[in-house]
Amino acid sequence: MTIDELDQIAKSVQIEIGKFDHEINVCMGTGCLSQHSDGLRDALAKAVAASGRKAMVRRTGCMGLCAAGPLVFIDPEGILYQHVKPNNVDTVIDHLGKEPVPELQCNLREHFDQQVHIVLENSGRIDPENIDDYIARDGYRALLIALNDMTPTGVIRQITESGLRGRGGGGYPTGLKWSTVAKAVGDMKYVICNGDEGDPGAFMDRSVLESDPHRVLEGMAIAAYAVGASKGYIYVRAEYPLAVSRLTTCLREARRRGILGSSIGNTAFSFDVEIRLGAGAFVCGEETALIASIEGKRGTPKPRPPYPAVSGLWGKPTLINNVETYANIAPIIRKGGRWFASIGSERSKGTKVFALTGKIKNAGLVEVPMGIKLREIVEGIGGGVPDGRTFKAVQTGGPSGGCLPAEMLGLGVSYDALMAAGSIMGSGGMIVMDDTSCMVNVARFFVEFCMTESCGKCIPCRAGTAQMYTLLTKICDGSATMDDLALLEDLCGTVKEASLCGLGQTAPNPVLSTLKYFRQEYIEHIVNKRCPAGVCTIHAPVEVLA
Amino acid sequence: MPALTPPPLPSEDKRWKIVNGTMRKNGFARHALIETLHTVQSSFGYLDDDAIRFVAESLRIPLSQAYGVATFYHYFSLKPPGEHTMTICTGTACYIKGTDKLVMAAEKRVGVTQGNTTSDGKISLMTARCVGACGRAPVVLTDGELHGQMSSEEMLAQLERWAVE
Repeated sequence: MTIDELDQIAKSVQIEIGKFDHEINVCMGTGCLSQHSDGLRDALAKAVAASGRKAMVRRTGCMGLCAAGPLVFIDPEGILYQHVKPNNVDTVIDHLGKEPVPELQCNLREHFDQQVHIVLENSGRIDPENIDDYIARDGYRALLIALNDMTPTGVIRQITESGLRGRGGGGYPTGLKWSTVAKAVGDMKYVICNGDEGDPGAFMDRSVLESDPHRVLEGMAIAAYAVGASKGYIYVRAEYPLAVSRLTTCLREARRRGILGSSIGNTAFSFDVEIRLGAGAFVCGEETALIASIEGKRGTPKPRPPYPAVSGLWGKPTLINNVETYANIAPIIRKGGRWFASIGSERSKGTKVFALTGKIKNAGLVEVPMGIKLREIVEGIGGGVPDGRTFKAVQTGGPSGGCLPAEMLGLGVSYDALMAAGSIMGSGGMIVMDDTSCMVNVARFFVEFCMTESCGKCIPCRAGTAQMYTLLTKICDGSATMDDLALLEDLCGTVKEASLCGLGQTAPNPVLSTLKYFRQEYIEHIVNKRCPAGVCTIHAPVEVLA
Repeated sequence: MPALTPPPLPSEDKRWKIVNGTMRKNGFARHALIETLHTVQSSFGYLDDDAIRFVAESLRIPLSQAYGVATFYHYFSLKPPGEHTMTICTGTACYIKGTDKLVMAAEKRVGVTQGNTTSDGKISLMTARCVGACGRAPVVLTDGELHGQMSSEEMLAQLERWAVE
């Protein structure tokens, strides 16, 4: 495969599309599929054939606004239809090229206008399983540019210059990680894509893998070239069957086109990728645990150093990045590190994809420039809290993150600002809560999650999270005293300081952040035996002071 | 090292050939353990003692290690599933949207706690830690099929249909 051949393919796709007056894109991401958008696609195709209109019907990945599904997007008019049912099909076809159907049209300008799409630029626009669609939108161009015109060091320089930081949550500078693996000595090196999106309430990786899988493969191949690896693994949750099946198809297509395999792009570079299925363990998102799992073992983390960059999979130098990190690579190589660095805030560059869910009108997937205020995401893009309720908190970072109250909505989204506020960027879950959520109960929910997911290797995490859970349960049912609260705070410090891996080190965050911003709610439960949100069932009677 | 002869298939059941196929594809390497257990579960619905024993022996892995892996990962089940499975997502978005009430209502209706199967073997009630369809919360999977914005009534109606089948 050469750049000329890519151009040829892109041209023939354009010619093919040119035969039609309209493109009807039907979202077939998980959210819309659960509302039978596959049947809708078939109905549309049938109706188009019957009407004799020159329109193509295309299956696409996620269009983002899952709450309004099934979604249909009409090109070139740029009309988005929401809640489309099979009985709307004829109306949609009738209105092609005319005024849009008013009762179906989705006019959420504030939702879309503030977003900047880099990672999601192809999501909802291409058929994820069609490699030609991807190539027609500059796909695999970056890989061939890197292989033909750039040295591995040159690739790493661009990534470093871009300021890209790990999108899995840690925020480690990607360029630095790549150069460490590139410098490591080894006859064999590996590249791993971490698609073990275990954080409950997050589905960015799932959407990217389902909507634009080739982009992830391209990012991995460029990474492999840069660090000198020839073998890659994508570790995906078994709970994501659609992502797995689309990836499998895409791997086969990429091999068939010579984009994976030996002598890629007529160069000496060889690279292939295998899929590994996760089996439901949150701790496997931790890199050393993930490596153990690929090796077929229990997913328990190891102390670092040695870091995987030096001794990873089967003791060889290994590069591990998250799905979204790899998805950023191709555009950086195509447009340059400086272009990427021009987007975002001072120390957090580019964009971030968030799964915006919970008590929010426009729930779904959004991609925003770093530095954007939380308020703009929640109230602007998200449309605020529905049903006339009031906003209470936004939770970022999942079980490792924290809850931020209304007074923090002015905060700009970046790794450092979120950390300073007591939460973390995390992988991108953003859950909005209204006044019907009890913050003590929320903290207990996350601690229960960490307790069940603790791998049991180190005591602070294994026993600490269990004790934290017991104390929080006591607070929730009204049987706790102020001494219990002091003990809980003390324990949070121990678990944070003494745990082996990220799971335990961050498990107290939901408790600490709710204590920081919602301490009064804890005290209400303990002293007045009352749950202000009316969530917890309090058994203990109020103690009457003599 | 002398080549070890792999153990004979546990029975005539053709599904063992599929399991064996996964191991062969991976050259009977030890790291194929999780992959193979996935194949066992997708072929048989769960992992029983015979299966774990057979896989461990074939891959030359100590039985304790194979059992350790089978029990470490939540996705693997050591008990046979019921005829129908209702999986309620208890991820954060679903929790915020009141999935705990769904779990309670379902437990009350089928008379077993989550993670268990009714004594007549008809319905398994499971929970999942986020299936990644948070935009449609609360989410329930009925025999693997995803349903968003699930109401308690709708869920109970499905359980009712299964129970009288």
